[in-house]
Amino acid sequence: MQVPILKQGDVLIASVQAALTDADLVQLRDQLTEKVGRLRSRGVIVDVTALDVMDSFASRSLRNLAHMVKLRGAETVIVGIQPEVAFAMVQLGLRLEGVLTALDLEEGLEALNRARTSPTRAH
Amino acid sequence: MLTETLVPILSEMDIVMARQQGRALATELGFRPGDLTLIATAISEIARNILIYASHGEILLRQIQDGPLRGILVVGRDQGPGIPDIDRAMQDGYSTGKSLGLGLPGAKRIMDDFNIVSEVGRGTTVTMKKWNRRP
Repeated sequence: MQVPILKQGDVLIASVQAALTDADLVQLRDQLTEKVGRLRSRGVIVDVTALDVMDSFASRSLRNLAHMVKLRGAETVIVGIQPEVAFAMVQLGLRLEGVLTALDLEEGLEALNRARTSPTRAH
Repeated sequence: MLTETLVPILSEMDIVMARQQGRALATELGFRPGDLTLIATAISEIARNILIYASHGEILLRQIQDGPLRGILVVGRDQGPGIPDIDRAMQDGYSTGKSLGLGLPGAKRIMDDFNIVSEVGRGTTVTMKKWNRRP
């Protein structure tokens, strides 16, 4: 299932649906990396509220996505990780090191605004 | 009548199918939402291992009972190359390069019982159980 990507100002918002295959995640990463350049976006929000499982492949894909977007000059915020998904990730030992996270879309936009006023270097 | 489902693992879509079927069975068995996510995640990890290392195999999902206790049995089977060193494969972060190396040890941590049998050249069978401790 393809992930819809909305453009709002200089922010791209991708809303991930429940049943994502590995190929969908790779496609999302590539689309966002490309769109950041084409639309000259400064921020990317990936909303995973509907994601029921975040396994090792999904978390690695999101981490790679955030780092690639960063190398293209934009910030990524992952929003909407559900409590039980967070619990499973901790149990599995999965980390989203170096990736901004926020509670929901609203907080995510705020986090992007904050990140914009204090630019960071690429990891 | 105990419910049993067999999901063939032949492509990425089947990983999603296996974890959805596992979640559906666990929901039927009355597991808490937090447990549903743990079970689905563990299934996802072993299904992906089958696909990555053996290219195909199957996931068996079955209801189990121990006195008043109900649970779910998940068996992942393949006839792939097998794992030469299981102790190392069960270490966090150990991987032959195709994955993060958290799949097997992670699945072990989130299930109640975990057993792995592997023979080089013959295949691998992972057996996991989770009991519903909800009163």
